Amino acid sequence: MENNIVLTARGICMTFPGVKALDNVDFTLRKGEIHALMGENGAGKSTLIKCLTGINDFEAGEIRVDGVDGPVKNRSTLDAQRVGISTVYQEVNLCPNLSVAENLYIGREPMTAFRTINRRAMFKRADELVKRLDIHVDVTQNLENYSLAIQQMIAIARAVDMNCKVLILDEPTSSLDDGEVEKLFTMMRNLKEQGVGIVFVTHFLEQVYAVCDRITVLRNGTLVGEYPIADLPRLELVSAMMGKDFDDLVDIRPEGYNDRTFDQPEIEARGMSHRGTIKPFDLDIRKGEVVGLTGLLGSGRSELARVIYGADKNQTGTLKVAGKEVKINQPIDAMNLGMGLLPDDRKAEGIIGDLSVRENIILAMQAKRGMFRLIPRAKQEEIADHYIQLLQIKTASRETPIKQLSGGNQQKAILGRWLATDPDFLILDEPTRGIDVGTKTEIQKLIIKLAQEGKSILFISSEIEEMIRTCNRMAVLRDGAKVGELDGELTQERVMKAIAGGSKE
Amino acid sequence: MKAPANAIKRRSGSINGHTLLMLITIVLFILLYAGGCIAYADKNFTRVQTFLNILRSSAGLICVTCGMTCVMLTGGIDISVGSLIALDCMILAMGMGDWGFSAVVSMVLVLVLGIAFGLFQGFCVGYLQIQPFIVTMAGMFFARGMTAVISTDQLSITAESSQWFYDLANYRIYLPFGGYLNKAGKMVMPYIGWGVVVSFAVLIVIFLVLRYTRFGRSLYAVGGNEQSAAMMGLNVKKTKMLAYVLASFLCSIGGICYAMNTMSANVNQATGLEMDAISSCVIGGTLLTGGVGNVLGSLFGVLINGTISSIVQTNGKLASSWPNILTAILLCFFIVLQSVFAILKDRKK
Repeated sequence: MENNIVLTARGICMTFPGVKALDNVDFTLRKGEIHALMGENGAGKSTLIKCLTGINDFEAGEIRVDGVDGPVKNRSTLDAQRVGISTVYQEVNLCPNLSVAENLYIGREPMTAFRTINRRAMFKRADELVKRLDIHVDVTQNLENYSLAIQQMIAIARAVDMNCKVLILDEPTSSLDDGEVEKLFTMMRNLKEQGVGIVFVTHFLEQVYAVCDRITVLRNGTLVGEYPIADLPRLELVSAMMGKDFDDLVDIRPEGYNDRTFDQPEIEARGMSHRGTIKPFDLDIRKGEVVGLTGLLGSGRSELARVIYGADKNQTGTLKVAGKEVKINQPIDAMNLGMGLLPDDRKAEGIIGDLSVRENIILAMQAKRGMFRLIPRAKQEEIADHYIQLLQIKTASRETPIKQLSGGNQQKAILGRWLATDPDFLILDEPTRGIDVGTKTEIQKLIIKLAQEGKSILFISSEIEEMIRTCNRMAVLRDGAKVGELDGELTQERVMKAIAGGSKE
Repeated sequence: MKAPANAIKRRSGSINGHTLLMLITIVLFILLYAGGCIAYADKNFTRVQTFLNILRSSAGLICVTCGMTCVMLTGGIDISVGSLIALDCMILAMGMGDWGFSAVVSMVLVLVLGIAFGLFQGFCVGYLQIQPFIVTMAGMFFARGMTAVISTDQLSITAESSQWFYDLANYRIYLPFGGYLNKAGKMVMPYIGWGVVVSFAVLIVIFLVLRYTRFGRSLYAVGGNEQSAAMMGLNVKKTKMLAYVLASFLCSIGGICYAMNTMSANVNQATGLEMDAISSCVIGGTLLTGGVGNVLGSLFGVLINGTISSIVQTNGKLASSWPNILTAILLCFFIVLQSVFAILKDRKK
């Protein structure tokens, strides 16, 4: 093995029922580099990672790790950790009910002479570790008291402290805001200095160019190639991922889209609020309009949408839908008024894993019709097939349990669920999070198409760029309050300034 | 200096939630007991012995509840404990009686049975991944059935069957304080039995195990997030299995305490005891979903249940169903409280 190489995978093959997930894939990781693993949904990134960490049992090929003689075959994540491969997943895999220190050291706590845990030593070591990594937490506190970003960093700290040679970060940034992402990057660069090889999986192209040294691209379970970052500019990366020339920066707005006028009001919110989450706000959304909600993570974007939809009870003010004052006590009321909400946490609030793709798609439609008026099976299948095709959901069949689909495809299925109810007003909360670039553009195009058909859309996204491309108007939130609106020419700079508020100008 | 202020703020914040729940349990117990003392001062409720009698009669339940807490921490449940106690008592009674074993052999037999029982249940839950409710329900029927197979008679453990066990059960450990003068003007000192000593030893050991050992912390981790625990390299299956082994083993220790208290055995003994144990855990702040709780809370849960029974007994006029009703009200109160705390916490975020 070459001196500076910490991990090689050669000819990895892996088959899931009906799908060839990985076909003869090679991967090489060097010491002290941040290596992006890129690909569309279902390209095999997660599968490859799971092969490396011992969750998946690959069929052919071999993995070698620096410092271990012969091929490594991990049977569990524990095995992988022993040879120096640690992973931090998108969903934080820690125990919220244990203290930060315990989460860092569980399974390898410092022991006293009596084979009991030396809590004092553990807290001390944990405190030193988090200080060294510049995380400001009280290690004796339960993990659940801290934000997701901190939890993510604790997860990385845990991995780092296990003397890992290979650190795999699977979509670690998808639930972090910009400042937190920057912190994470600093941490990654520090680790790189220390000689750790980092595999970074993300859907944010900017982030790849911000920290990575090298890119490996996968497509449909096969290796496209490995490139130094300088040799693969953005556009080429996208086309490598998609397998076709594709410009993700093109203006997706069709002719005449910008010249439309809006006169019919669809949603008129006056002084609505929910104590503790969002202060009273006014918001108008007119027919055919796409309104974006922007602001930092935790500024109250989702919360505002939840109040309109009735997921959180509106405690003050009024709401008019299509000119009529309405009272929404629970989401079903909103659905009956022609609203739909695509929640941002698709695992917890969106998919029902054991139900099939078909069942997941017709779910909202069925709920709207009432439990006892079953949609005929043939009709269900027709609807499901229609949206599977329209949204290009990659699934073995419409009867496949949805949990077997990749994240992006699950997201598409939920989007299909709401489109099936034919809503007049659709709230999309981070519909493109964790989705590859190609699909992102598809979804953005779909939003514009829906708007042209006269539907009103409230669009929430952390990616300003994507909002600029789709929104007619934007509302800006800060610290749980709506602080302003932007219309006319939307530019990145204007939006950033509005989000940052007075302090930055 | 910003840091200390911050630290203090966090500290006080941590009192909220689960610690507070346990404090409420403790305060409630004190209020309940004080209430009993005021209402029934004339009926000797204020005597130290009354309190110790609660301990004496709940010694077995305390052991069982410690085991139940461990299982519930993993997010599981064990409803076989009541039947297992009946089986334990039956084996002790028959062992020392008809079968002619010595007391020690009978007790060892009971403890080994507990471990074997727990191993089987734990294997089914941990390795075969069967619902704990189903597994332990089967265990419940099995143990009750086996009790009946051994004997359907009402048996007693007498001095003839084992003088040693009889003496052990009736041995009084006098406390050096808290006595009162009886009518004859003689100082009567309060006393406890070996069962109380054993149950407190169990309680302390389990408290330390939960707090200071890898196994104990693994129980919390598994209950907190099973997948994460596995990802962090803990052996989830083994941890779960051991929780059930521990529960059944402690239940057998509890069975011996129980037998020392009742000195009898019959098929219908300790019916519903598993529910007493579960309700004590819940009142003591253990969450049914796992990951939160400790044996100290559970102890006070047992004590609250014991105090209610004691008050109803002392009153003498109340129907014997009142303890059930009061326990139900308390359970409701605590479950609602837990939910409220969870909701408040969510809001804060």
